[in-house]
Amino acid sequence: MGALYDLLQEDYRFREGMKACINCGTCTAICPAASFYNYEPRSIMACVQQRDDKCIAELLRGEEIWYCAECMSCKTRCPRGNAPGLVITALRSLSQRTGMFTCSEKGRQQLAIKRMIGETILSHGYCVYAEHVDTVKFPEQGPVWDWIRAHLPEVMERLGANFQKEGAGNLRKIDDNTLKELSAIFKTTGALDLFDTIEKASAEKAKEMGVEFTGHGTTDGYFTKVFTENNQTHTRE
Amino acid sequence: MKKEGKRMVWPAYQKNIADDHYYYSRSCIRQNFYPGTEHTFLRILGQLNKDICDDPRHTTCTGIGYHTDVVPFETAMTVIARHFALMTGLGYENMITSCITSFGLYSEVLETWKEFPESEEKTREYLRKATGREFNIPKDLSHASDIIYKFRKEISALGTHRLTDIHTGRKLRAVEHIGCHYSKMFPSRGVGGAEFPCVLSGLIEEFGGEVVDYPERRLCCGFGFRQYFIKANRGFSVACSKKKFESMAPYEPELILTNCPGCFYFLDRWQYVISEMEGVLYGMRNQGIPVLTYEELAGLVLGYDPWDMGMQMHQIPVEPLLDKMGISYDPEAKYKGLKGLDLGVPLQPRQLAI
Repeated sequence: MGALYDLLQEDYRFREGMKACINCGTCTAICPAASFYNYEPRSIMACVQQRDDKCIAELLRGEEIWYCAECMSCKTRCPRGNAPGLVITALRSLSQRTGMFTCSEKGRQQLAIKRMIGETILSHGYCVYAEHVDTVKFPEQGPVWDWIRAHLPEVMERLGANFQKEGAGNLRKIDDNTLKELSAIFKTTGALDLFDTIEKASAEKAKEMGVEFTGHGTTDGYFTKVFTENNQTHTRE
Repeated sequence: MKKEGKRMVWPAYQKNIADDHYYYSRSCIRQNFYPGTEHTFLRILGQLNKDICDDPRHTTCTGIGYHTDVVPFETAMTVIARHFALMTGLGYENMITSCITSFGLYSEVLETWKEFPESEEKTREYLRKATGREFNIPKDLSHASDIIYKFRKEISALGTHRLTDIHTGRKLRAVEHIGCHYSKMFPSRGVGGAEFPCVLSGLIEEFGGEVVDYPERRLCCGFGFRQYFIKANRGFSVACSKKKFESMAPYEPELILTNCPGCFYFLDRWQYVISEMEGVLYGMRNQGIPVLTYEELAGLVLGYDPWDMGMQMHQIPVEPLLDKMGISYDPEAKYKGLKGLDLGVPLQPRQLAI
C-alpha cells in the first residue's frame, strides 16, 4: 500500500465507493461518459484496487478522471455495491491537493471552475449568478437570454423575484452576516486552502507554458486557454 | 410476475413524504434562469393551504461547486448542516429542496452520516466553530417534485385544464426525464426507486396525459457539471441530449416533463443549439418539443397564466402545447414587464419560430 492510496482511504467517498470490484464492466456499459470519451470507469477501479501508487499517480496526472459527469448511474447498476463515480470524486480531490491536476488539459480547467463557481458562492451565496452569464461564454443560452439580461430587473420583477433586495424570495441579496458565515465555513473546512492550492499550482503551470496569469478574473490568458482549449484527443472515433 | 405479486412489492418502492410544514431550500439555477417556477411552487402550496417557510438566510448548498470538485465534501456537509440549523431554529422538521443536485447532495450527506457517524460529529464541530450553530437532522427530506406528486389528485381536482387535446379529447403524449441525482444514487429516497421512478409519470397520468416510453428514457441529459460549465467540454453535454432527442423523436412526444433544474435547461436549450448547428428541429411540425417543469405543468392544469409562471424564459416555445390544451393566453403580453411595461422582444433564432 502506498502513500497516495492511504490518502484516498481518508476520503469517506473512496471508502464507500471502493469495496470489492469484480471488473465486470457494468459501470462502463452504463456510463454516458464512456460512450463519448476515451474512458472506462472499470479500468480506473482496477487501478485503484491494486493499491499501486505508480498507477494512481498516473491517474492523478492524466485526463481520464476528468471525463466522468458524476451522474452516478454506475452506483445504481454495480452488482457489488461499488460507486466508481464516488471514487472519481476522491481522485479528483487528491489530484487538486497534490497539484497534479495541472498536468492534464482537463485537469487544468479546475482554475476556471474555481474562479467562476467557487468565488461566486463566496461573493453572492449562489453557485451561479445571472449577471455573470453572457452568450459569449454561454452561447447556448440563446437570444431569449440576451433579452432577459438586457432587462434583468424588470423580468425578475415580472416573475415575482426579490432581485438583489433584502428579505426572502428568488435571487434575493444574501445578507452580509450569512455571507460571513459561509466564508467562515469555507475557511474552517479547508475550501479556502483548496482555492489557494488551485491558484498557486495554476500560476506555476501558466509560467511554465508562458501564458498570461493575473491571479483573478475570467479574462486572463490562462483562464481563456483552459476554458476553451480542446486538443481533440479526448473522444472516441 | 403476476399482478398480485407486483401489488405486494410496490409498497417497498414508496417513500414517506411529509404532508405539511416545510422548510424550503431554493435552487441556484432555477432562481437565476427560470425564477417563475419556484414562485409557482409556492403559489400552488398556498392554494393547497400548506405551510412553507421561505427563509432568506439559506444559501446555495454548494452542489454545483461540489460536483465540479472545487468544494470539498467537508465544506458541503457543513453548509448543509447550517441549513439544518436554520430549519431547527425556526421549529421545522421537513426539508424540501427545489433542486435535484441539492436533493442528491443532502441525501449523500445524510447517508454518509449514517454510514460514518464520526463524519457527523466532525461536521457538528466545524459548524460550531464557524458559526456557533447546532442542528437537528430533518425528520423528512423531499424534493419539490415529490410534494407535487403527493398532492397530484388534489391539484387535478382543483384543475381547470387537462393534459389532453381539447379539440379531439386525445391524451397528449409526454415523455418524462428524471434528474439522475433524484434516485440513481439512493433509490429508497425516490418515489418508485431507481427502477420504477414515477414522480413525473404519476403526474402525467393523473393530469390526463399518456406517458411515452422510449429507449434512452433514463440516459443522463449530459449536464455533467464540469462537462457543461467549461466551454471546451460542451460537446459531451449536447451529444447526450441529442441522443435522447433522437431516441424519443419517433414517438412524437408533445411535451418533455422534467424535475431537475439542469435537465430542464439543457433539454430546452440544446434543442435550440441543434437547430442552429444542424438545422434539425424535433417535435411535431418541427416546432421543437416544449420542455416543462412539474410546477409549470401543475400550474397549467390549475389555470395559471403561462407568462406569470415565466414560460417566456424558455427558448423552445410552449404555445403549441398551450393551444392543444385549450389554454388561453395573450401573445402580446408574452414579453411585457409588470403593468404591460414594454421590454421589446428577443431576437428570432434562425430555425425556431418564437
